[in-house]
Amino acid sequence: MIQPAEPSKTPVLSVEGVSKSFPGVKALDGVSFEVRPGEVMALVGENGAGKSTLMKVIDGIYQPEEGSVSIGGETVALQSPQDAKRRGIAMIHQELSLVEDLSVAENLFLGELPRKSLGRVDWKKLYADSRRLLDRLNCQFSPRALIRNLTVAHKQLVEIARALVYETRVVIFDEPTTSLTDRERLLLFEIIRDLRSQGVGIVYISHKMDEIFELSDRITVLRDGTPQGVLETAETDEDSVVERMIGRKVSHAARTDFRSGEDVVLQVSDLWSRGAFREVSFELRSGEILGFYGLIGSGRTEILEAIFGLRKCYRGEIRVAGERLDKHNPEEAIARGIALIPEDRKENGLALSLACDRNLGMTVMNQWGNLAHPSREKRLFEEYREKLSIKAPGPSYPVDNLSGGNQQKVVIGKWLATEPRILLVDEPTRGIDVGSKAQIHQLLRDLAAEGYAIIVVSSEMPEIIRVSDRVLSLYEGRIVSELVGEEISEESVGRAITGVGELASTAHDSNTSPES
Amino acid sequence: MPSSDDSSGELTSGTRRAAAQPPRASGPPEAGPDPVHQQSQEALHEAEEAVVAGGIGARFRALLGLDSPDFSWTKVLAKQGILLAFVIAMVGFSLASDRFLSFDNFSSVLRQSSIIGIMALGVTIVVISGNLDLSVGSMLSFATILVVDLHDKIGPAPAMAVALVAALACGAINGTLVGVLRLNSLIVTLGMLSAIQGFTLIYSGGQNADITNQSDTWFAFFGRGEIAGIAVPILLFLGLAIILEWVLHGTTFGRRIFAIGSKASAAEYSGINRVKTVFFSYLISAFCVWCAAVVMGSRVMGSQNTVGKGYELLVLAAIIVGGASLLGGSGKISKTVIGVLLLGFIQNGLLLLGFSYWTQWLVTWVVIIVAVWLDVGARRGRLLSPYA
Repeated sequence: MIQPAEPSKTPVLSVEGVSKSFPGVKALDGVSFEVRPGEVMALVGENGAGKSTLMKVIDGIYQPEEGSVSIGGETVALQSPQDAKRRGIAMIHQELSLVEDLSVAENLFLGELPRKSLGRVDWKKLYADSRRLLDRLNCQFSPRALIRNLTVAHKQLVEIARALVYETRVVIFDEPTTSLTDRERLLLFEIIRDLRSQGVGIVYISHKMDEIFELSDRITVLRDGTPQGVLETAETDEDSVVERMIGRKVSHAARTDFRSGEDVVLQVSDLWSRGAFREVSFELRSGEILGFYGLIGSGRTEILEAIFGLRKCYRGEIRVAGERLDKHNPEEAIARGIALIPEDRKENGLALSLACDRNLGMTVMNQWGNLAHPSREKRLFEEYREKLSIKAPGPSYPVDNLSGGNQQKVVIGKWLATEPRILLVDEPTRGIDVGSKAQIHQLLRDLAAEGYAIIVVSSEMPEIIRVSDRVLSLYEGRIVSELVGEEISEESVGRAITGVGELASTAHDSNTSPES
Repeated sequence: MPSSDDSSGELTSGTRRAAAQPPRASGPPEAGPDPVHQQSQEALHEAEEAVVAGGIGARFRALLGLDSPDFSWTKVLAKQGILLAFVIAMVGFSLASDRFLSFDNFSSVLRQSSIIGIMALGVTIVVISGNLDLSVGSMLSFATILVVDLHDKIGPAPAMAVALVAALACGAINGTLVGVLRLNSLIVTLGMLSAIQGFTLIYSGGQNADITNQSDTWFAFFGRGEIAGIAVPILLFLGLAIILEWVLHGTTFGRRIFAIGSKASAAEYSGINRVKTVFFSYLISAFCVWCAAVVMGSRVMGSQNTVGKGYELLVLAAIIVGGASLLGGSGKISKTVIGVLLLGFIQNGLLLLGFSYWTQWLVTWVVIIVAVWLDVGARRGRLLSPYA
């Protein structure tokens, strides 16, 4: 534990030696954690490192078995989130919890609207109080606005404002930027800095290292429920934080392993889909990873869906190993050796309430005929638990109970089980921690080396650069540039998207016609 | 999630921990929403599997989760509530009425429950796939009227065949509207409930139908016959239950039903043909209704044109009492059977105790509400507080 530097810096929140177990797992083991007034304390760790459990202890959802929590130097036994809120701890969750059809002001004071006689709502006071709160965050919008009509960023501001209704001493942000645009993110950071200057203690939880280094004063690292030390942000760097998180060194050797691929396994020529993309032509070779980079709405996901038969196209054709796809449905795609690992694993990847083996068997079932084969499902589970090091106790374990990274491995497993030649991977590491990310990147590289043809769609440029042998940049539904091997860099990929105004026509021409 | 990094979860470590800790760790630690309960449910699950070969004592302990690391009676009640309710009802009625506990009475309850039961089996499959089928009541009226009316006109076998085609056609309409056009199954089958009843009334001209020559037609076998002293309707009910249990757990079709019910879009992304599967589930439901109609017509040897009115609710009640989630993805044929029997015995017991026939409606719905309560309680891990 770091001692407070000066008396005025008594931690506003301090957790001492907290332990918490669940059946079969010690989620927290002697964890200490503190936040001083007017600082941003980042909390990092892989999924399952105990961040959420620690936050639930601080929020009064869990009661620790050992150790203590003190707020403003006074030891407290928090019994519920309401309790924590009353004592000045505000939690801003990843999922917003606002009532869409009520006004901003009503949401701010939900459950405790100011009253006049006979229980009537004192609207005047409500709006005045709300205005004051919003002003504190420099919000321009009216307290009378309906939540439904606000942008995600503004909703988040309302959520933060709600935290300030009480005398707030600590605000906890849990992955707050996931659904924000860049500009909205900057706005949020400004507000966090503002809160900090007002003497509020901030806890900032994120997987994104750049944000942590931009914002935080100190960093607490957790791994497997045990503390890995507190670092001064100014005196450390990304690598040493990640090393503490994952417990091993990270290497940054420049890539030399570009592969050019062998036979053409997938040919897309002049493919058009209404409202999504147009004139899309490219080839994919076995043994290469083709990166699709573009902003949300650039058509990248839609192209994958079209290849996989989930989206209608009104022009163009798709050939697998020279033969045309003609039914355009997932069954045909799977039968021809195409696999799509979708972006949203909870919606499209997994049947969460079912067991691991059932999920793994889902894609291969079509090859089994009419009878189910529980023993094959169990074998699939054993095989992929081994291959992908899925942390799951048994085949009948519900996937719902696995961590995000392990769920993603089940999704990858169920697709590898179809023995595909072409892997379409959409945002393979969204919401996944650094350690698992690296594992999944390595896995993709290994698969390519084994001869799989892979398309990776990602909105994270580092990811695209780390895994791709070739990058196609997309802009508003068109392919605007192609970069091969050593041409791929942050700069070149970035330029392809931003300088698109002038490049669009030329790059596009050079790209579509000769290939098809 | 803290629980997820756990690679142990095995029975042994869990048991040891249970011994070290008091079984019900003083309220608050239980208050957490997911990890604790998922973990414990999982432990229950694992325990079940581990003792399959372990004798009756072990099975019983596993059933009640006595070996689970965080055992509590709330969870037992919530998880096995239906079975407990069944046992309690049986013991209670046996004590209250000396006529209840007899082979004849049991046999008559089973026979009476078999029609609802046969229908409930098919609807269970629809419910597991995440849809509803409320049209089964009218479909029963329609098929029964057809089979009874045509029996004298074209003979029993052709009459049964026509009724089968008619039932399957109704099922196909449901399947097309819900499966192909993706309309909401509640609305579609509610509409079909009304439409088929209307069609039945038009067909029958508002008249009830009868079989005139009741004594020597082999058609009587289905409702009145016996094999080895057991009534044919009961055998049909149990036989179909066994077959559909196998369909759900032994075929890829069953796998697809569960997958679609659990997460339809993930199932589609996996290459599962949702249209075909949903369509087929409604055909199965219609087939079961046809079986029920044959039993009904054969037993009564006649039919009112609204004979199945209200059956859809009893069917749904049995399924809910059996613990299938109306949101899909979970449910068991065996539990539906218990649900059917529980409602049947409660109805019978109440009649024996001298309560009016109408009381059963009241009691049925009390039982349903309690069943839903227990089900939700199981997921929350506590019965009285809405907070997880």
